[in-house]
Amino acid sequence: MRLTLRSRSPRAVAVATAGAVAVVLTACSGDDAEQAAGGPVELRMTTWSGNDAHHAIFQEIADAYVDQHPDEVSGVEFDAITDGTYVSAITTQIAGGDSPDLIWVTESYADEFVSSGVLADVAPVFADAEGYDAGDLAPNAMDLWTDGDATYAYPFSTSPFGIYANLDLVTAAGQPNPRDLIAAGEWTWDRLAGVAAATVAAQGVAGIQLSVDDPYALPNDAIMPIGLAWDARPWSEDGTTCQYTSPETVGFLEWYHERVYQDRAFPAVGEAVDFASGQAAFRMGQLSLSAGLGDTFAWDFLPLPDGPAGTVPVIGQAGVGVVANGENPEAAADFLAFFTSPENAARLAEFFPPPRESLLDAATLQAAAPSLTPDQLQGTVIDQALAARTKVGHPRLSQMADTIRAGLDAMWTPDADVEAVLADLCAQIEPTLAE
Amino acid sequence: MSGIDTATAATTRTGAVGSRRSGGRRPARTDAAVGLAFVAPAVVGVIGLGLVPFGFVIWFALHDWNPLIGEFTWTGLDNFTRLAGDDVVWGSLLTTLAFTGLLMVLNISLALFLAILLNQRLRGITTFRAFFFSPVVVSTVAWVLIWGYLVADNGGINGALSTVGIDGPNWLRDATWALVTVVVIQVFKGVGMNMILFLAALQGVPPELKEAARIDGAGAWRTFRSVTIPLITPTILLVSIVTMIAAMDVFVPIQVLTSGGPGRSTTVISYLLYQTAFRQNDFGYAAAIGVLLFVVTLALTLVQWQSRRRWVHDEV
Repeated sequence: MRLTLRSRSPRAVAVATAGAVAVVLTACSGDDAEQAAGGPVELRMTTWSGNDAHHAIFQEIADAYVDQHPDEVSGVEFDAITDGTYVSAITTQIAGGDSPDLIWVTESYADEFVSSGVLADVAPVFADAEGYDAGDLAPNAMDLWTDGDATYAYPFSTSPFGIYANLDLVTAAGQPNPRDLIAAGEWTWDRLAGVAAATVAAQGVAGIQLSVDDPYALPNDAIMPIGLAWDARPWSEDGTTCQYTSPETVGFLEWYHERVYQDRAFPAVGEAVDFASGQAAFRMGQLSLSAGLGDTFAWDFLPLPDGPAGTVPVIGQAGVGVVANGENPEAAADFLAFFTSPENAARLAEFFPPPRESLLDAATLQAAAPSLTPDQLQGTVIDQALAARTKVGHPRLSQMADTIRAGLDAMWTPDADVEAVLADLCAQIEPTLAE
Repeated sequence: MSGIDTATAATTRTGAVGSRRSGGRRPARTDAAVGLAFVAPAVVGVIGLGLVPFGFVIWFALHDWNPLIGEFTWTGLDNFTRLAGDDVVWGSLLTTLAFTGLLMVLNISLALFLAILLNQRLRGITTFRAFFFSPVVVSTVAWVLIWGYLVADNGGINGALSTVGIDGPNWLRDATWALVTVVVIQVFKGVGMNMILFLAALQGVPPELKEAARIDGAGAWRTFRSVTIPLITPTILLVSIVTMIAAMDVFVPIQVLTSGGPGRSTTVISYLLYQTAFRQNDFGYAAAIGVLLFVVTLALTLVQWQSRRRWVHDEV
């Protein structure tokens, strides 16, 4: 065979090359033919869990659904995006016309995903599903995910925050057992910080590790939830007015700043801390953290302390919803109703504290956290779950999150003027809040 | 310099003879066809993965695009008008230029220094070369993660400093140090590649030219400055351009180590683009930032390229 390419005009070469590119690109788009013909569809759910045991249960539930609906759904793929870019990855997929059918969403982005119309209303499907019992869903757990009669997601993981205590470190520092403080009615953030500071001074460890590895990169997720016990809020209930400069918020953040830089009760910015390896006296976290603690030191799991505004339990939530502009919203909604039915919610409770009141009992949650005692599960998880609030979100949180992080960065120096930093931050985000 | 010119001329003549010998009898048309066949994959790649996406970026920059809410609206030049008055973007561009300038100075001078040190015929020298080159083949994410622990406030670097009575700064969280720290980490990651390029260039310097300079009475420094440096200026140009482009595009160490902070002190333009597109869902404006990054990088590359006639050996 002889190569007969000839040197023609640049335009001819460009046209030929563009044609070749087009052929290559369009060759990749033939997967939809079967679905267009009306056959069963394949659903895809994005998750941020890479845990094989989670996926095994998801797949078992999905296989059971496919067995019951072979003409509608041929399979369900669980697409794990675990590298910390979850929301960006979903956005990119939606932008690229490759929307998942079902997505997991954290509570921080609930307002945004609900108000932007990304998620479909699944309330009618839940209402029609036999034996679904939507009335069993705890109202406070559903608060973020509903708007009037519409339901935009099922909060499959509704897990209260508590305080893990390294009792060995606290005792060695000559500090009281936190359970004694609870019994004496002295379980407050002030008292906890005092115990933590004394343990830091005596043992040379860190004080209170927060719920994420780098709380200063995610202040709205990791620091501001503590402020709910001060009634500190980043913005008003309707989301239109900045409240970083409210007396409550300034008071909370000045308290936090002092605890970081005066007595080291909380780790400073940039300080690497690991409670699980015995390097910190306390850690704010959820029950799933108990699985990694082992028995190398004595520990306890306690409810969140009181603040100036009283007892304010906080839950971290993850919801699963149907993408409204996905290719198969009806099939996805039907699968979601099956996935979150009372029977399957009980199976998911092996890993995720459920929003169903009928499942919020120590026996069910023992499977999710076998190392926690029934008392810990009842007092720290169940009692709080039924009364807890979620972190404060906003429909335009994505637009403001980086500005908030950058603005609050100015606060994380020992001599920072907290009030001035917060006034400057409000000036930066108010235009977005007012939109 | 006459010696250099003679040697170059001899090299050029040798190359010319070789070319005639290898391709003299093949028809020109066949040559063109073979040539096109060889470049076709690259042309398809450049068009499909370079020009076409760039066309899309410009198209997107003319729209207001938020994929989450399904908005894609023609806005003409609004994004560029907004760009012109956006202090965050210009601050970010200054940060990028500071990052690039500092990285180029440190990287190129250290790479040249290491290349000179390792351009010796000593036993075991290959081991040292491999040692300095090894960071290049390490995963960038793994590299910066490990450095992240080392430069943490209570990390290894400050631990070592404290043993000699120095209270080290909070390297990544102090606005004064964060950018410098990221630059240094990035220099250590990439210096090995430039070192190898310089090493190859140094070994290509004809020893007889250095010998001639010595016979003429030039000392080591004078020989290095007047013979070695001029002969490796083509490599210096190459290294400068490639290092500059890589620095303008830096993303991973910023994402992993600082997330653009503290404040916006390490928010380089590519990271701002990422934040705008993938965190704020403002894809149209992010595309406009991308166009700005392209224009600035292209301009800096052209400046370097055009300046070559004044300082690069054998460029006319």
